[in-house]
Formats: sequence, C-alpha cells, structure tokens
Amino acid sequence: MRFGVIGGGPAGLYFSILMKQADPSHEITVVEQNPAGATYGWGVVFSVDTLSELRDADYGTWLEIDDHIVRWDALDIRYRDRDIRAYGHGFSAISRKVLLQLLQQRAADLGVELRFEEEVDGPDAFPDAEVIVAADGVHSKVRTALEEELGTETLEHPTRFVWFGADLAFDAFTFIFRETDHGLFTVHSYPFDESTSTFIVEVTEDTWRNAGLDQMTEDESLAFCQDLFADHLGGADLLSNKSIWRQFTTVRNRHWHHGNVVLVGDAVATAHFTIGSGTKLAMEDAVALSKAFVAHGDDLSAVFSEYESERQIPTERFQQAAIDSADYFANVSRYVGFAPEPFTMNLLTRSGRITHADVEARDPTIANRVDRWFHEDAVGADPSDRVVVPRPSAVPLQLAEGLELPNRVVATQAPRDDSSDGVVGEGTRAALVGAAGLGAGLVVTEPVAVSAHGRITLGSPGLYEEEHVATWRKVVDELHDAGTRVALRLSHSGRRGSMRPREGGLDRPLRGADRWTTLAPSPIPYTSTTPAPAAVDAQRFGDVRDDFAAAARAARDAGFDLLLLDWSDGYLLASFLSPLTNQRDDEFGGDLDGRMRWPLQVLDTVKGEWGGALGVRLVMDDRVRGGLSPDDGVEIARRLGERGVGVIDAVAGHTVPRGGGEYRRLYRVPLADRARNEAGVRSIASGAITTLDQIDTVVSAGRADLCLLDPSRYQQPRIR
Amino acid sequence: MEVRDEEPLVQIGVGLPSTVPGVDPGAIVEWAAAAEAAGCFSSIGVLDRMVYDSYDPIVSLSSAAGVTDDLRLVSMIVASPLRSTGVLAKEAASLHALSGGRLTLGVALGAREEDYEVADSDWSRRGRILTEQLETLRNVWEDAGIAPSAMRGTPDLLVGGLSGNAYLRVARYADGYVHNGGPARAFASAARKAHAAWQEAGRPGEPQLWGQNYIGLGDPEAGREYLLDYYAFTGPFAERIAQGLLDSPMAVKDIVRGYEDEGCDELILFPTTPDLDELHRLAEIVS
Repeated sequence: MRFGVIGGGPAGLYFSILMKQADPSHEITVVEQNPAGATYGWGVVFSVDTLSELRDADYGTWLEIDDHIVRWDALDIRYRDRDIRAYGHGFSAISRKVLLQLLQQRAADLGVELRFEEEVDGPDAFPDAEVIVAADGVHSKVRTALEEELGTETLEHPTRFVWFGADLAFDAFTFIFRETDHGLFTVHSYPFDESTSTFIVEVTEDTWRNAGLDQMTEDESLAFCQDLFADHLGGADLLSNKSIWRQFTTVRNRHWHHGNVVLVGDAVATAHFTIGSGTKLAMEDAVALSKAFVAHGDDLSAVFSEYESERQIPTERFQQAAIDSADYFANVSRYVGFAPEPFTMNLLTRSGRITHADVEARDPTIANRVDRWFHEDAVGADPSDRVVVPRPSAVPLQLAEGLELPNRVVATQAPRDDSSDGVVGEGTRAALVGAAGLGAGLVVTEPVAVSAHGRITLGSPGLYEEEHVATWRKVVDELHDAGTRVALRLSHSGRRGSMRPREGGLDRPLRGADRWTTLAPSPIPYTSTTPAPAAVDAQRFGDVRDDFAAAARAARDAGFDLLLLDWSDGYLLASFLSPLTNQRDDEFGGDLDGRMRWPLQVLDTVKGEWGGALGVRLVMDDRVRGGLSPDDGVEIARRLGERGVGVIDAVAGHTVPRGGGEYRRLYRVPLADRARNEAGVRSIASGAITTLDQIDTVVSAGRADLCLLDPSRYQQPRIR
Repeated sequence: MEVRDEEPLVQIGVGLPSTVPGVDPGAIVEWAAAAEAAGCFSSIGVLDRMVYDSYDPIVSLSSAAGVTDDLRLVSMIVASPLRSTGVLAKEAASLHALSGGRLTLGVALGAREEDYEVADSDWSRRGRILTEQLETLRNVWEDAGIAPSAMRGTPDLLVGGLSGNAYLRVARYADGYVHNGGPARAFASAARKAHAAWQEAGRPGEPQLWGQNYIGLGDPEAGREYLLDYYAFTGPFAERIAQGLLDSPMAVKDIVRGYEDEGCDELILFPTTPDLDELHRLAEIVS
C-alpha cells in the first residue's frame, strides 16, 4: 500500500517504521516541514510500561532508544525550605533530538522516503496515496481542514509555560515551587541525558503579567528564570530553543479518521505536559494503527474503526487525568501553606490515577510518614517514630469543642417517605441504624423539616412537634450506641415541597386536600408541572425563622451532635442564594449580599439557639448558566466560615431541575477542596466516592476533612 | 457478614426483528411467541426508527403482547419527543393494560434529525421536550383520566443517553437506566454514573440497569451489513457497532458475564435477522 505521512515527529516516523517492518512492500513517504535534525523542546518522558510496549512493537527501535535513555526512580519536591524525596516512580527520558534522529535513521534504513523542509497543507499533497496519516502535531493543518467532519474540540489551558533546557542533570524528577511577589512559579524538571535536563516553568496568567513576562523578549525571560531559580540550578545555565511562553492546547476529536485520512499523535489528542505523556500517547497511536493494518490489510474502514476503538477510550482517560493534573498546578498556590506531608500526597495523587494505596505500594516510607503526620496532627500527639498508625480514613477528627468524630467516613440514607405527620418512620430509623452499622464516624439524616409545610412529601420527617423530639431522641441514642455521631440536616423544602412520594420520581406535586402552597423567594415554579410558590413576605420571613429557631432548640433536646443547615438542593434557603430562583428587588435579592441576607439571618438565629457544632450543606455550583458558579460557592463558603460555620458539606445542582453533573468518580471533590483550601472551612466531600482508599487519598492529600461513602461496592456478596 | 445464598443474575431478554428491513409481518408475531416458548427469556425489546424500513415500537410490542403472557415488553428506546406526550401516554397506558401490566417504557432523544423532521417535532428543542414529557408522563397516567381503568400500576420508565442531563433525567423521573450497547466496560461506566446521579438526587432505592447488544450467530456477515446500514447515519461509528456484533456462543456468554459482573439487571440481545433459527440459537446459548 502507498502511505503519505504528514509530519516527521515520533508518531509519524514510528508508524512508518512499524509498517515497513510488517511489510517492506509498503511505499511510505514522510514529509516534514523542519530540516532534518531540527527540533523544539528538550527531553521526553516514557514510563516503564511504555518502554515495554515499544520493545514488543519493534525490538530494533527499542534497542536504540534504550541505549540513550536516562532512568530514575525518585521524585523531588522542593517548596519553601523543604526538600522531599519520594521513590517508586519508575520513569525514563530521552532527548527529543536523539529520539528523532534515531527514528529518522531507522526509517531511512527500512526504506521509508523522508522529505524535509517541505510544507504540506492537506491530503492533496499525496494524490496517489491510498492512506494519508496526519501526524502533523497539535496545530495539525490536516485536522483543521477537516474539523467539522472529525468533530474537533480544542481547549486552551489557562496557565502559561515555557520549555527550557538546563545544562545540569537533576537526579530525580524535580518539582520546584517558588513563591514570589508576583505569584507562584512552578518548575517541572527531569534529566534526559548525562548532562542536560528539561526545565519547564509554569505560572498563572496573573503571575505571568505581574512579573512582566508578557513584555519580555525570549532572552529576558530566560534571564529572569535563570535568576529566579539560581539556587536550584547551582551555577548551571538555562538553555533556550525557541523557548517562548505558551498556553497548552488540549485537542480532542470525536472521529479519528475521515475518508482515507487517519490522525495520530498530538494531531488527534494532546495530554497536558504535567503527566508527561505526549510522546507516549503518540507512539502508542502508531503501534495501534500499524497493528490494525496488519490485521485488516487494505480494508480501511475495518482498520480505522479498530484503531479508533482501541485508542479512543484509553486516550480520553489519559486526557482527563492530564486535565486534573494541570488543574492542580494551575491552583497549586492554594496548597503551598500545607505541611510537607499532605503537600506531597496531594501532588502525587493529583491526576486521580494514583491513590494513597498506590503511593504506599511505591514508597512505604513516604506513605507512612504522611499517615503518621496525619494521625499526629489530628489527635494532637507529639511527633513520634511510630509506624503502626491508623489509615487516614480511620483517624478521628476534632470537629468542634467537645465533638470528636471517630473517623473520616460519613454515611447517609436515601429518603424513604415513610414518616407520618413528621414522626420519623420505622424504615428510616432502620436505614439510619444500618448506615451507622457501616462504621462511619458521622451519619447524616435526610432533610428534616422545621415545619409541616417545610416537608418535601407527606412522608418526610420533621422536628416541629414534641413527639418528633422524643422519637428522634430514641433514634439518636441508638446511633450513638452504634458508635457514630449524628448530624441533623435541618431543612425547609421551599418550592420543592408538597410533592408526592419520591419512589415514582422527584417533584411530582400533590393533588387534593393534602397539598399546600409552597414558599420561595420569587413565585417561579420548580418544574412545568408544579404550582407557583408564594413569594416569602415579611410575615413569613419571621415565621420561618422562628420555625428554624424552634427546631434548633429541639435538635439540642434530641441529642444531635452536629447541625447541618440545608442550603442545598433548591430548597428554601438555597433558593435565596441563586439568581436563577431569587429575582426579588428588595433587600433580600439582588447581589450576593442581598441574596445571602435572609439565609444568614436564619443561620445566626439557628446558631444562637443551637449552640453546638454548626455546618452548612451548601450548593456551591448550580451547574446551569446564569446560576451560582463554583467561584460564587467559594465566596459563600468563605463568608460562612467567617460567621462561625465549622464545616461545609460541598454539593452542587438541583437549584433548578436541569443541569446534570459529571457523575464520574469523585466528581464533587473539587468543590470540597475549594471550600477547604480557598474558603478556609473544613469540608465534607462527596460524589461517587466508593472505596476507603479514595477517602484515604482525599483526606491525607488535604482536599477535604470528611468524605461521604457510597458503600455499595462493599456490599456485594462475593464470599459464600 | 451477611452472605446471600444466591448471587443476583442478569436477566436476558431478546429483541424483536421489527427494525430489520423486509421483515414479514407474520415473523414478528411468530418471533414473540417463540421467545416466550423458549422459556429462557424475561422480556422482549424493540428499537425505534422513523425513516427506515421498520415497524413502530409500540405497535410491534402490542402485537407481541397478544401472543405472549409473561414476557416484559420493553422499548429500548422510544424517541419520545417524536410523539406528543398525551398520545404516547395513552398508547403506553393502553398497552400496559392490554398486556396485564407488562410494559417497561424506555425513552430517550434518539439521534436522527430526519426522524424529527418527518414527525414534525423540533430537533433543536428535543432535550427540553424530553424533560417536559418525563415531568408529565406519570402524572398523566395517574391523574388525567386517560388510562383505561383496567390498568394496574403504571409502566416502569427507563431513560437512555450518555450526557449529564440524561443521567439527571434517570434520577429525577425514571425507574432505571437503559444503556445503548457495546462492551461491558462501556456499560459499567455509564451505569456507575446513573447510580451516582440517583444518589445525588436523593431518590429512594436503586435504578434498574438495562443493557443491550446485537447478535449475528447464523450469518455474522449479514448481521454486520445490516448494522452498517442501520447505523449509517452515525458515520464512522457504524463500523464500530458492526465490529461489536456478537457472532459466536462464546461472544454471547462473555458479554452476559461481563454485564452481570457490572450489575446489569436485564440485558436485551437484539437480532440482526428475522430468521427464527437465530432465536433458537440464542436460546440454546443462554438457557
């Protein structure tokens, strides 16, 4: 077959090599716009797994790569005056220039035609080729010409980075964090031969401008960085090779081929450099595509669909991990105040691919040091040489004066709508006891209403009659006996009240005599089938606040340990926060100050009556355009912290009935992270957290203090 | 530790060949009767296609209902925005009553703009229409006085789709999730998201999880050709769907085991031919 390969980078060259290896009768031409031997950038990284894949794909190329590779196992983290070394990160790197030279040589030896300094705009350059392989990089012209057909998406990452070399060989993958008056500078550095390292400097857009780097020439910015990191460079020089400041572009394509054109490498998908995988992905694309050709010959549709189905899902996972990692570095200034131990765990687990358990497997010393620090910090013990300490999820938390949670795991129970007249139902009681039986340190109730009209359904529990207090008291005692602490989620349903049981779906309005007129800041119905609520008036502001006050007193009598005031899920207090639902023009609407005014009055009242540990279950993101954004959520959390709120249960959505979430593993942890590390309030993370290892990771990395566990994965009958 | 005696097993259903071009009307009824007679299937499923040589899903299920007594009748899915909510509600209620309460109504957006044109529905508003339909359907069944009084209970509702909004619809309105097919890992990823959305929304219980796949046991090549044609509108994805055809007993058993491991409650295997022998081949494998 005749192949036209556009782009002579690792993907294009390696593909050509593999195809020639498989069948020397293929006619393959590679065109490259740069001269032979020219390259930009310095070293590239391979993991141990990638190398063994390269060995399987073509032993000859691997031998040559292996000859030039630098290997290391350690990872250094330098921030403030600390220098931390973690082991077990088997990586290797090679000079990009050497890699290209040896791939070019091998391709030429195998009879691939290489044409340099030739610019090609599109597939038309190879009129007689049966297959066009677009390997022309992140700014692929071939892709751009076909972006409609391919479903191309590109996303600019907000930070700025510059790719220098340094004429010294670090002996580990080295991260340097340097705080300056302009902001935080981050370095990602690794050796790629005996004497040279890649030295990438990354900053936020603000820092970049503050430091004046946007105005500097290439030489000036090199001098600036040289000077800034002089102590780490130890007299060595930074080296430039078209080293200009850039923004990283993430490229995605819905389809990886069109007609006889197929894309590989950065042309089809890029992964942010902070997980060091661009070249790895490119070469794996080449391997998969050549294998598909070997299997299906000239049946292009079979070849391309096999290639795409082989590569697309793993690549997307990598891209997601890369974005999570990149987000970490974009926001790392949040964490520079951490002690070295959680700082390290946070950095190592940033992409979501490595958990606490993985760190322990790679480097037990570091993991144990983190665990020991975490335990000592939590229980107030002096530093010791203990090795045997509880895993982070099992470490107690002093949440408030006199309130110690036995561990970091939170459990809850789904509503059952089996309460009657607000008296908590037997099924609900049993479910709460079941949740406590998991061993969680804290059990949180479903929304408990401050009044009959604050209920969601007729089967919702309440805390507004004498009998409710007595019944809750019994339940709370039972939960205490099971060894857990108990949080009351105190709520008023607002416009999501007067609904039918939720077994048949949410927000289906009651009919008949039982229904009531619901309350909201503005008379906007929740769905197309729910009646309009009444706007809260002066009388109701007082009445409802009194209901909250009475319920807070009742909560004390019932023996709850923590009161979580419900500012979430589109219920009454939450609906004041969002501009989507609060369109009042009085002092309780308008800007965030206005929208928070009444919920804060309620909070202050509850705080006074309750007197114990107080938290808020807070909607930090409406997930709908025009609604609360995570930035708004952080600001609200910050103000709550100033008001004496001790813990934020960080949640999202349901202010309005649209706005789905990501729902992937740990999807709401970033909100808890921001509440804790930007707003400065302890936080509860939730969102598809299904293992204790995930909780160990989240809490020991300092992203949250507590985690809501979905225990379903532990409840499958595997042992007979 | 509580140990259950028996692991919950995935139920297996079989699709009707109602969207295989050229199928003889008698063959659909015959297929349904044979599916029940086989004794190893729990349900029969149908697909929805407007501009294609095919039968309407609700009508097909209705004719199947007449020759079966026990099988659940499930749409995988009906592109409900193609239909007016009231008429769909009436049809579904009628079928549910006529079949003795056997309908499970799966709904989703559908993926073909031309179907919307022919049905005179608004493609650009399809998401909003589907949400409004879901907000309404069960209320209409219960309150609007359109359901035959013989109807006992309401049809279970399933929602399909792969977006955040799709999972949110599952959690808010449906009894379960219906996945669009493919390998078990694709099902697992979607099913976990449906589960997470369900928990986030505070729905009692658990969502039902339904999966589907295509079989082509007697003549795999013909099966793949049919899929390439049926999914031609997806462009290059058609090839991937065709590659996923289950073309051997081993492939069927692998997919059943894979889906079962991922917590699938019911897996519908759709034929790519109306040939009744295919049904018998499948029955032999799964029984």
